[in-house]
Amino acid sequence: MNNNVNACPIVAKHIKIALVGQPNVGKSMLINSISNAHLHVGNFSGVTVDKTEVLFDYKNYHFIIVDLPGTYALNDYTIEERVTSEYLIENNYDLIVNVVDSTNLEKNLQLTSELLSVGKKIVIALNMSDEADKEGININVQYMSQLLGIACVKVSAATKEGITDLIDSIINEFEIQSIEHKLIFSEAVEEEVTKIANYLNKHKYKDDNSHRNIAINLLKNNKATYAKLHHDPIWIELQPILIDASKHIELHHDSNDVKEAFASEYAAFNKGIVVEVLEDKNKVEKKTLTDKIDNVLIHPILGIPIFLFLMWGLFQLTFEIGAIPMDYIDAFFGWFGDTIGATISNNDMRSLIVDGIIAGVGAVVLFVPNIIILFVGIALLESTGYMSRVAFLLDGFFHKFGLHGQSFIPLVTGFGCSIPAYMSARILKNDRDRLLTLFIIGFMSCGARLPVYVLFVGAFFTPSMAGNILFFIYIGGAILGLIAAKILKMTAFKGTDEPFVMEMPKYRLPSLKLIWHTVFTKTMMYLKKAGTFIAAASMLVWFLSNYPHNLILEEKYEGKIELASNKSEKLTLENTLAEELLEQSYLGSIGKFSEPLFEPLGFDWKMSVALQTGLAAKEVVVSTLGVLYSLGGDVDEENNSLINAISKNIPFASAVAFIVVIMIYLPCLAASVVFTREAGGVKYFFYLIGFTSIVAYSLAFIAYRLTLLITS
Amino acid sequence: MKKLSECKKACKVKVVKLNASSELRQRLISFGIMKEATIEILEYAPAKSTIEIKVGKTRIALRSKEAELIEVEKYEQ
Ligand SMILES: Nc1nc2c(ncn2[C@@H]2O[C@H](COP(=O)(O)OP(=O)(O)O)[C@@H](O)[C@H]2O)c(=O)[nH]1
Ligand SMILES: [Mg+2]
Repeated sequence: MNNNVNACPIVAKHIKIALVGQPNVGKSMLINSISNAHLHVGNFSGVTVDKTEVLFDYKNYHFIIVDLPGTYALNDYTIEERVTSEYLIENNYDLIVNVVDSTNLEKNLQLTSELLSVGKKIVIALNMSDEADKEGININVQYMSQLLGIACVKVSAATKEGITDLIDSIINEFEIQSIEHKLIFSEAVEEEVTKIANYLNKHKYKDDNSHRNIAINLLKNNKATYAKLHHDPIWIELQPILIDASKHIELHHDSNDVKEAFASEYAAFNKGIVVEVLEDKNKVEKKTLTDKIDNVLIHPILGIPIFLFLMWGLFQLTFEIGAIPMDYIDAFFGWFGDTIGATISNNDMRSLIVDGIIAGVGAVVLFVPNIIILFVGIALLESTGYMSRVAFLLDGFFHKFGLHGQSFIPLVTGFGCSIPAYMSARILKNDRDRLLTLFIIGFMSCGARLPVYVLFVGAFFTPSMAGNILFFIYIGGAILGLIAAKILKMTAFKGTDEPFVMEMPKYRLPSLKLIWHTVFTKTMMYLKKAGTFIAAASMLVWFLSNYPHNLILEEKYEGKIELASNKSEKLTLENTLAEELLEQSYLGSIGKFSEPLFEPLGFDWKMSVALQTGLAAKEVVVSTLGVLYSLGGDVDEENNSLINAISKNIPFASAVAFIVVIMIYLPCLAASVVFTREAGGVKYFFYLIGFTSIVAYSLAFIAYRLTLLITS
Repeated sequence: MKKLSECKKACKVKVVKLNASSELRQRLISFGIMKEATIEILEYAPAKSTIEIKVGKTRIALRSKEAELIEVEKYEQ
């Protein structure tokens, strides 16, 4: 809540809430509308893959809400689901808030009914009530609360309706004595549950959870409950009773899997609840909007061409619209540099500020418009529900290359930034699939690489072609990734295929606010990075390229410059001096040292240096080039933009090879750290270095030679 | 009785048996694909590699390979 008094964290009562629900029911959005948090919201399963705590105060209470990854049932299928079920059993919290999608009550209750035997207080948030109203679905909330023995509250995270009621119910539930939840099974199961509960009772088994709940958990093979009782002396006697009971239940359900038997029990219970409380005014099934849209978007023949067209359109826009403000931004930084420069009398200081910081940061900020358009595209893909459709369309194709259909989600996230992409690979159940995906994510060019592409593409192609080339670079990267996946699958990550079962969310029109917010946050992060990290890196690059001073060289040229007869001769001499000074600087030495390595790819020492500084962050490639070309020669008066410097100084074939390296080589420092953590070992990082370097180098070499052949 | 993978688009069927491994069966069940559930086939992806089905109100994508493990019969109203 925005407008409440802050509760004193020491005297206020603490309420710790575990937020649980199936994927994509609006848990994160609900937290955002309760507090001032800005958790990531998207319309597909697997947005939240790790738990996040959000704090806020209301009345005299201090709330801690833990946003847990969505889970369909309490049977840790994937890593993210394991996070949730382990949290629920092992951690200390006061109550569970179970978020439920009101428009799909029966399916959501499957998780709810499992939560009933966890042994904690529960409040049910019937979310998406706005959608339910629109669809003519009405839930009798009071009756539902009565039937389950749980407080149920109608809310909408989108319209913020019922949020205060929800918090009040949570406080109320927190304060009262807990009531036993009402979960009723068939007679056969009830009989066995009672038998085991009585046994536990007789032996005075002590636990926070009730004997009835423990009996249920044991019967449905809950691992954690087993583990707890396994070391208890009563286990020897209890085990045969359990085996007997399971057999009885299996017999009753004509199944050989007690879990399946319980699933039927739960389903019957849930159906009972739904029949009692749900009123669906649209009994006759008619085509929903989602059905109609799907008829087109996942059409067996048209589906993929439509997807490719949309992607192409996005890159076309990125270039066309992105180019409009670019000249202004460029002119602004030029003017800004000159104006600031004029006020600084010290030569070194002026150069540091103007040629170092302003040139470096300016080069990166120049691409903000392009970045924004890309982010809008990704936000739309994530929030409309289209993402899962594309995963569906491409699954067969992906499968041929050894990738899991669900890999699509981390891979697409990778077009924004590799860091969340590495995290979201957790939605893959199998470690091999996950590692394979982790290795491939780098092939999806992240937002930070966009500036490098735009810079080079802008320097060598006409504006009408530029969008196509940009599209080609991204698709090319993705295709290279697929081929790499195939190779890795056949060598390093051999193994059987995992099943692919994925929920397809309904289409939602994302609110402008949500899109605006996501894009704004990401853009601010980019700008912030430009103002801090990139500025610092630019200073470092400036320093390394200005020192050590070479006084002999300077004196020699100063004499010549003074003797120069006309202006143009003077300018040429000045440029040569700058160039020679740059070459003997620290950075020049590093560049010269590594030049032989990059020579076969056609890179001069400046490009070599930019690639190396780019290991810190991909934007630094651009800022380094910005600094190097604004310090060095060849900056004539009327035309000093970086794009012009690039097109003048770098041969086309070298530029192509450079782009290829940028597309493939190691992700930035921060991403590498996350990669290593998610892969689960430093050795994988070294594999990644080896893998990406070899691929990048060989492909860049081939690209260089080919381009030389074609253009000569 | 036939397999779900053999059903045509827009067909409506009832699940009779899940022949999947215990783990996959759990997964299918948690999506509502269990005995007695009715399934509608919505769409096939190119090359029929993947199927979109509707169980209750939920749309689910699964591979033909997984659909082969689901035994179904014609749904009678
Ligand atoms: N109409 C409507 N949409 C909602 C509501 N709550 C969430 N959504 C949408 O549902 C999707 C899933 O939301 P998210 O918070 O990411 O779900 P989570 O996976 O449970 O954390 C997003 O597209 C939200 O915009 C709601 O109350 N009403
Ligand atoms: Mg979430």
